[in-house]
Amino acid sequence: MDLNPVPSILAGALALASLAALAATPAELQAGYTAQAGAAADAARGQQFFTATHGREWSCASCHGAPPTQAGKHASTGKAIGALAPAFNPQRFTDPAKVEKWFRRNCNDVAGRECSAAEKADVLAWLNSLK
Amino acid sequence: MSSPLHRTVAGALLALLGAAAQADSGPRVAPLPKYTQECAACHIAYPPGLLPAASWQRLMNHLPQHYGTDASLDAATVSELAGWLTANAGTYKRVTSAPPPEDRITRSAWFVRKHDEVPASVWTRAAVKSPANCMACHTQADQGDFRERNIRIPR
Repeated sequence: MDLNPVPSILAGALALASLAALAATPAELQAGYTAQAGAAADAARGQQFFTATHGREWSCASCHGAPPTQAGKHASTGKAIGALAPAFNPQRFTDPAKVEKWFRRNCNDVAGRECSAAEKADVLAWLNSLK
Repeated sequence: MSSPLHRTVAGALLALLGAAAQADSGPRVAPLPKYTQECAACHIAYPPGLLPAASWQRLMNHLPQHYGTDASLDAATVSELAGWLTANAGTYKRVTSAPPPEDRITRSAWFVRKHDEVPASVWTRAAVKSPANCMACHTQADQGDFRERNIRIPR
């Protein structure tokens, strides 16, 4: 019987915060977004989202290439961008905070809004399927 | 030949040469690791000395609208990077305190003057793409080295 729930809530929040800083695998991240979306991820839908434009000038593929299994090139600065598909770049999708940061920025550039959990799950499903 | 005097003269000459080599890039500030991590994902880590403090401050205040892209960062990182950038701003000897148009390094008077021999057709080559792509020609730009000897203009 816990008479004071505050410490356990605090402990839970701390555990979550430290989890966020922990390394993850691309599969775990996909599973996380899928759970948030509450529906199965679909790689084909992810590919479609990645390669199409969404009312703006750039698609994801404008910088990352399609399929993003080799280095891409920043559409405005020309700087090389390392391959995005995890099988071709083991550093990809291993840091949840970094993944969230880039989804936030790049979805805003490509779609003018944040991406939904379902869209992230779909894109990750496609990227994870590239071997 | 190797008298102490010769060695002193040689040493002084080498020091002078070293200073001359540095003069073009200004004092080279070791980049803050976080600056490289956050900013050099999309472009080289532009040396902070290439813009005046007012320009860096404005850039860092408007990261969600950063030259056509969303470069937003969390508040703590913005403040850390802005502090470092403004502390090391304007050290390149040609940078004045007056911000260049749109706070663009590439529109600074010294930049335009320094590149006036580069034909317009070079800038539009696929390998160059943009004047912001220093690395296209300044092969050591990501090390803060813009020396003439390290320039290779791509075909």
